[in-house]
Amino acid sequence: MDRRSFLKVSGLIGGTLGAADLLTIGDALANPNADRTASLPVLDRVKAEPGEDVLIRMQRELVRAMNKPLEKRRWGMIIDTRKCVACHSCTVGCIMENKLPPGVVYRPVIDQEIGSYPNVSRRFLPRPCMQCDNPPCVPVCPVKATWKRPDGVVVIDYNVCIGCRYCITACPYQARTFDFGQNWDHNAAHGNDGGLALETCRKYAQEPSFEYGTTWSRSEGVIPKSPVGNARKCTFCVHRLEHRQLPMCVTTCLGRATLFGDLNDPATLVSQQAVRNNAVSLKPELGTEPKTRYLL
Amino acid sequence: MAVSSVSAIGIASPANRARLLWALWILAAIIGGLGFLERLLHGDQATDFSSYIPWGLWVAAYIYFSGLSAGAFLLAATIYVFRIRVLEPIFRLSLLLAAVTLPMGLLLIGFDLGHLERAFLVIIRPQFHSMMAWMVWLYTAYLILVVVMLWSSYNSDRPGRDPEAVTKDRARLRVLAMIGIPLSIGFAGGVGALFATLAAREFWHSSLFPIFFLVGALTSGTALVTAVVAWQWPSRDAAWKDLVTLLGRTVLVLILIDLILELAEFMTPSWYQIGSFYELTRYVLFGPYWYVFWVVHLLLGVIVPIVLLAKNRSPVVTGVAAALVAITFFAVRLNLVIPGLVTPELRGLEQAYRDPIGNRLTFAYFPAWFEWQVLLGAIAFGVALWYVLIRLFPQVLPSPAQSSEVGQ
Repeated sequence: MDRRSFLKVSGLIGGTLGAADLLTIGDALANPNADRTASLPVLDRVKAEPGEDVLIRMQRELVRAMNKPLEKRRWGMIIDTRKCVACHSCTVGCIMENKLPPGVVYRPVIDQEIGSYPNVSRRFLPRPCMQCDNPPCVPVCPVKATWKRPDGVVVIDYNVCIGCRYCITACPYQARTFDFGQNWDHNAAHGNDGGLALETCRKYAQEPSFEYGTTWSRSEGVIPKSPVGNARKCTFCVHRLEHRQLPMCVTTCLGRATLFGDLNDPATLVSQQAVRNNAVSLKPELGTEPKTRYLL
Repeated sequence: MAVSSVSAIGIASPANRARLLWALWILAAIIGGLGFLERLLHGDQATDFSSYIPWGLWVAAYIYFSGLSAGAFLLAATIYVFRIRVLEPIFRLSLLLAAVTLPMGLLLIGFDLGHLERAFLVIIRPQFHSMMAWMVWLYTAYLILVVVMLWSSYNSDRPGRDPEAVTKDRARLRVLAMIGIPLSIGFAGGVGALFATLAAREFWHSSLFPIFFLVGALTSGTALVTAVVAWQWPSRDAAWKDLVTLLGRTVLVLILIDLILELAEFMTPSWYQIGSFYELTRYVLFGPYWYVFWVVHLLLGVIVPIVLLAKNRSPVVTGVAAALVAITFFAVRLNLVIPGLVTPELRGLEQAYRDPIGNRLTFAYFPAWFEWQVLLGAIAFGVALWYVLIRLFPQVLPSPAQSSEVGQ
């Protein structure tokens, strides 16, 4: 890679992931359907070449997949556990993207300690929703508030969910959590920066979330405003996909350990990785057929 | 404080005892009412259940009360359908207890919902794959049936009613009771199936679970009826003594059957001390809440009642034993719900990402004061409902002169 293309690539990463993200989200706020273009013009300026950053490749594959009808796509995620350093950027990025309150988490990173002192090692397991092909959380819902979309993403209708939490008990990966209506300013930090922390947390609590392409301003009360009082889960950032953006956790992963793409397209990175010998899914014995898989 | 006030007032006189009970009820109603208010204004925020232990005291209380209801109803329906003459005087009492205990459970499960205002969606857009939808439909049908049965029973007893009409009323009641038996079996077992059908939860995922729930419902419901008959029955004659003794014997048999099922449920999957079920059994038996099993359930709910019921024929002692069974059965319900949730489905999840603000990402659970407060409110509500209903349907507790006519 020569200097010029290197600059182009780095500029692109910055551009697509940084400014472009913010701008498109800004646009989306004003008009949710305005940005559903068929391609990202900026991508045309970068030639596909061997050794390019996987984010660029996945971005290109994302645009290709989004030009297909919904039912022809099948989103999958591959997490390379060998590359994960447990920096928790995905967890934090996800929280920022979806404005998650305390007690709700879509993608924690499990830090497992193996062995006993002094022979100890650690391994890390980021745990988003498995987006099961046979999701145990769906048939338990008494009001059809959760279902698997044609593209394989398991979603929740916040306006229907009655908050019974049956789906939370049904998920074998504990990938669903409950929004109790709490905010970060509750018992906010004390000490020198307490005031600042409180102010920041209050601002954060006012920020809407754009899950499912809708603007959600949550609040508690006699009739709580959803998603307060609902089960919540990772959506593979379907609202970002609509704007040709990769899921937040994919873009924030500093080790490029999280890969994302269309499993129905054999040329995508995820399709190629998913069939490797070292690709495994969690609890395969339950027959849930996760579309999130791990490389060991 | 309660004890000292008891001795200060002196419980010997009935008037004083009534005053004390009123005072206790008002206290419970105030505490519970404040809990209801907190729940309506701020949702489930003050609870201790969490994202990882999403069901707690209220769900356990809900299955407890609905079990009491189904048990009492099954007793009533069996008496009527199979024409068990000796037990016929308590038919209406059992029916009324079923009508009182189910709303107590429904109140708690309603408060448990994140969106109480959307509960009707289960009726207008149900998903019949879901055991929960089934349960809601079954108990709605069941509640309607109980009310209709109570009304028919009341109607058939109105003074001056045409004897032919009375015969028709009774025939209708019998049909309703026949419909009610499979309905309440389905509903009581269905609550167990709600848990048992979840493949993700090994502690619940057992085919014995629905049966265990059903027998538990019968045991606790019959015990409740026995305790109320022993305590509140107006006449204290020989017939009453026989009635209480017979009911006491029934409770004894049911406790023993329940114990066998419990042994099977706990011992089979954990006998060789290997596997995750074994860990959960250990949690129930030797975990932080070991006393719930050993003291509340096994000692006070099984051993003491067995000894009392097997040895004694005094109605008062039988009543005490039955009350012990009925009350401590709550421990059984708690030990069915909570242990199914206490271990992380993925090892290390409890450490992965914590929530220091709401404490919602933890696998430790002990019901918060607020949860107990709402439970107390539900009990006060049930007592009030009982108080009103026995005045609306006075034949439930027949005065000595009436008792010979009842249920014939």
